[in-house]
Amino acid sequence: MNFEFSEDQKQLRDQARRYLTEQSPPKAVRAVLEGNAPYDKALWKGLAEMGFLGVAIPEEFGGAGAGHLELCVIAEEIGRALAPVPFSSTIYLAAEAIMLAGSDAQKAKWLPKIASGEAIGTLALFEGVGNPSHKAIKVSASQGAVSGTKTPVADGAIANFAIVAARTGSTGREADIGLFIVDLTGDGVTRKPLANLDQAHGQAEITFDRAKAEPLGNTAEGWNILTRVLDRAAVLMAFEQVGGADRALEMGRDYALDRVAFGRPIGSFQAVKHILADMYVSATLARSNCYYGAWALSTDAGELPEAAATARISATQAFQHCSKNNIQVHGGMGFTWEFDCHLYYRRANVLALSLGSLTYWENQLIDRMRFRNAS
Amino acid sequence: MNFDDTPQEAAFRAEARAWIQANAPKEFEAELSQPTVGRIKLKNRDILEESKKWQTKKAAAGWACLHWPKEFGGRGATPIERVIWQQEEGFYGKLEGVFLIGQGMCGPTMMAFGSDADKKKYLPPLASGEHVWCQLFSEPSAGSDVAGLRTRAEKKGDDWIINGQKVWTTGAHFSDYGIVITRTDPTQPKHKGLTMFWLDMKSPGVVVKPIKQANGQSEFNEVYFTDVKIPDSQRLGKVGDGWNVSLTTLMNERMSIGARQSTGFPELFAFCNDLMLEDGPAIDDKNVRSKLAGWAVKASGLKYTSYRSISALSRGERPGPENSIGKLVAGTMLQDIAMFAMDLQGASGALTDADSPSIAGQFQSILLRSPSDRIAGGTDEILRNIIAERVLGLPGDIRVDKDVPFNAIPTKGR
Repeated sequence: MNFEFSEDQKQLRDQARRYLTEQSPPKAVRAVLEGNAPYDKALWKGLAEMGFLGVAIPEEFGGAGAGHLELCVIAEEIGRALAPVPFSSTIYLAAEAIMLAGSDAQKAKWLPKIASGEAIGTLALFEGVGNPSHKAIKVSASQGAVSGTKTPVADGAIANFAIVAARTGSTGREADIGLFIVDLTGDGVTRKPLANLDQAHGQAEITFDRAKAEPLGNTAEGWNILTRVLDRAAVLMAFEQVGGADRALEMGRDYALDRVAFGRPIGSFQAVKHILADMYVSATLARSNCYYGAWALSTDAGELPEAAATARISATQAFQHCSKNNIQVHGGMGFTWEFDCHLYYRRANVLALSLGSLTYWENQLIDRMRFRNAS
Repeated sequence: MNFDDTPQEAAFRAEARAWIQANAPKEFEAELSQPTVGRIKLKNRDILEESKKWQTKKAAAGWACLHWPKEFGGRGATPIERVIWQQEEGFYGKLEGVFLIGQGMCGPTMMAFGSDADKKKYLPPLASGEHVWCQLFSEPSAGSDVAGLRTRAEKKGDDWIINGQKVWTTGAHFSDYGIVITRTDPTQPKHKGLTMFWLDMKSPGVVVKPIKQANGQSEFNEVYFTDVKIPDSQRLGKVGDGWNVSLTTLMNERMSIGARQSTGFPELFAFCNDLMLEDGPAIDDKNVRSKLAGWAVKASGLKYTSYRSISALSRGERPGPENSIGKLVAGTMLQDIAMFAMDLQGASGALTDADSPSIAGQFQSILLRSPSDRIAGGTDEILRNIIAERVLGLPGDIRVDKDVPFNAIPTKGR
């Protein structure tokens, strides 16, 4: 047993951290947040050149073919830096869906473009208020086209293509849902950017009107594939969340060492120390659960569904906990636009909802644990 | 990142499994395989005796204190092999509870500071369960402020004379030996005037009085020393260096307690799965599910945090202050879980009869036992200080007694 990243993987992490610290400073995040650009194009191109976008994509499809542990390492750094790029939509969701269920032709068409940064992808799943549920899907697919409205779609305004979950039958079962690849630059696609908590993680409404759609995998297996994609994305997103949680903890710690009140650094007061210790605890538990998820993801273990839900819940809680308490440690300054605390607070709360809410994953976890206990 | 055994580890696992299969005390399988947060009952048999029997058998075959060197009764095993053994030993490992303090804390301290002759003489019987050891640290006036202890040791010729009182000493009533920290120079600031010794618990002048706890049981004791005479050869570490010696003990304590801490989660999950509420099984209730999920990820996080510690140990790193996390999280969790399980039982939750619902007072027993898990071996608050100061690098608390000679520090209360 070895429950740590390898030396090579740690080197990759250092390399990614150096790169992102330099290329994705808070100033760059703010430029996107404040609406000056829909995403950081130069950073996206740079990430592609560094080989980070294609790190888990096989070499035959233009990637580095390193694997999912390496992708976890990069995801953590993306989260630490709050990188304002469509990384999660394109890499965790679109690329994973294509790698999992795509035909050779679909892989050959999209994966090299993803690895090179040429194509931005996303998953069009939600249709208004609520969590992932096959019953909630009304967008319909027939005769090679989809119609209906998806909202919100992460990075929907800038994506080149989307994996769309659409209804193909009316039996009321999961088998009614199929997955389709839709070129968002083609006919029959209307997009509307939506204001949201973190403009550096843009959202959009997309309406399809008989937009050309190509099945991704067996259409009767759509919901099953989607569940597997969400599980994989949950692990990767959890690393992003842990990266953010760790950075928020560091910011709080550094400020507590620096800021003096009542004649002492505030970090010498037990009340403040205990806030920071609890932040460390939540971030550490989440990190350990993420490692479990990374192991399950990289080996495609039978435990993946349970490990993914565990990592997801733990990391969601940790990032929310650390980002809100980072503001608390900073006091009034933490609530200003000028300080970076709110960037992490926003991102924590957007990521907490992005693949289905905490409640949704809690339900998933309990169902999966029950299933395992029963079997 | 993997869970796979190397070929060597797989061979070790197979050997361990075969031996356990052939030798484990299967007559207690039913009792030990039940969820047992709290007290274990072995039919009408004495748990100490049965624990010693199993430990002796393991020691004879080379399965005791696996990570200790062979010459001290261990096996020289790797940290991973130790985990493999624990996995294979499974619920029979519950029989090791009475040895935890001796083997987990006193042994490593003896190994680091004892004389070669004493190590060879006393460590093997500690490993084999023949001797039980206890750790005499806390005092009435020094709980979290461990270094505020007042038990005196005074040099008289080649001997030391110990006078004073210890408290919260787990297992002192059945221990053969103990390690004791004393004040040897009250004119020094409090951390500097301490010295550590080991002693025979049957030495003249040692009196052990069990304390009746809030849960009605007596696991802890008061221990009184009246003119207890021990030779200087029973000193561990240098005179005045007892604080550093005790830090070795405490670090091992947090590692060994943290890694084995019960969270109560498997018991709660099973309980919620079986319990029928008015509207159906408890586990279908939204509130129940949310609570369970929150605790599930904590229990899982602790498990994999300990795996990460073991990976670090196997690379040769020492157990560090980050191991404080295990007890900190598990202690509170155990208490909260007990309250939640009782809440689900409604008014019946207050009953402790063995006749009441299938769970037979289990969570009620945890409720009354769990406060001590948040105190013994470092309170939640002390553990948070350790994380804040020694992991995160925040400043130490302001200590008004720092640099003040111990005999000039005012004290009151217990």
